[in-house]
Amino acid sequence: MKTLEELAAIREKMKSKVVLREGSSDIRVVVGMATCGIAAGARPVLNAFVEEVAKENLSEKVTVTQTGCIGICQYEPVVEIFEAGKEKVTYVKMTAEKVKRVMDEHIKGGKPVAEYTIGNN
Amino acid sequence: MKELSLNILDIAQNSVKAGASLIGIAIKEEGNTLSFEITDDGCGMKKEQVERLVDPFFTTRTTRSVGLGIPFLKLAAEQTGGSIEVESRSKDEFPEDHGTKVRAVFYKDSIDFTPMGDIVSTVISLIQGADGLDYEFSWINESGEASLSTREMREMLGDDLPLSSPEILAWASDYLSEQLTEIKINL
Repeated sequence: MKTLEELAAIREKMKSKVVLREGSSDIRVVVGMATCGIAAGARPVLNAFVEEVAKENLSEKVTVTQTGCIGICQYEPVVEIFEAGKEKVTYVKMTAEKVKRVMDEHIKGGKPVAEYTIGNN
Repeated sequence: MKELSLNILDIAQNSVKAGASLIGIAIKEEGNTLSFEITDDGCGMKKEQVERLVDPFFTTRTTRSVGLGIPFLKLAAEQTGGSIEVESRSKDEFPEDHGTKVRAVFYKDSIDFTPMGDIVSTVISLIQGADGLDYEFSWINESGEASLSTREMREMLGDDLPLSSPEILAWASDYLSEQLTEIKINL
């Protein structure tokens, strides 16, 4: 059984790297989590990003955050990716499966997945 | 919404937007009913606002004129023969004791009962999105009680570690899944 006490061990392990992390992320992944997004399937998309970032050990470089409705409900789930010095990329009608490719090609490879972007939908 | 856990996520997001510092999510199964109550200490609403909540064309937003969260929840409850209830005390009128409580009751034996779905994902999504605010989650049924409290987590972690860190979210997800399995919830 998992216990609360295990958090003390996690704390010791994390202490050292936390200082580095705050505010130093280069890439921000923003998932729309208003009623429209949630109803369209944003929750698995958000969780897929969180899991992928953890799995790829990218949490110092990439932050995943949530936002409300940005007004294009028909395209939900919507994910916006902000990167310093680059134009914002808006992905639409996202799914957990599409997240994998965005992680590989865009977040890690630096090249947005054009066919998932709002311009192509 | 395909899962009640998505309604819970949606309603709890309203509490986040209301500036709450503590949000309670309490699910209870009794006989053939399932109910949940979402309470917060956010800015609350005035009486006229509460009265118009179930009207999809009423919203406090200025960007668009449709708000569907509460109407969706009302539909999900009423189609099973259940109901919803919203109580609120606005910060303006009750500066010392304000907040909102949304309660919904469902009849599980109704053919139109929406399944709970992935409640663990809902709780993890909420913790992920809300550093600096606390959640008290519980599910009580005849087999016992499952719970997760971010305050208890913070007591072990200290205040300087963000709950949204992947290591902590992974722990919370496993911990809650185990607790729910103990009280015989199918995940």
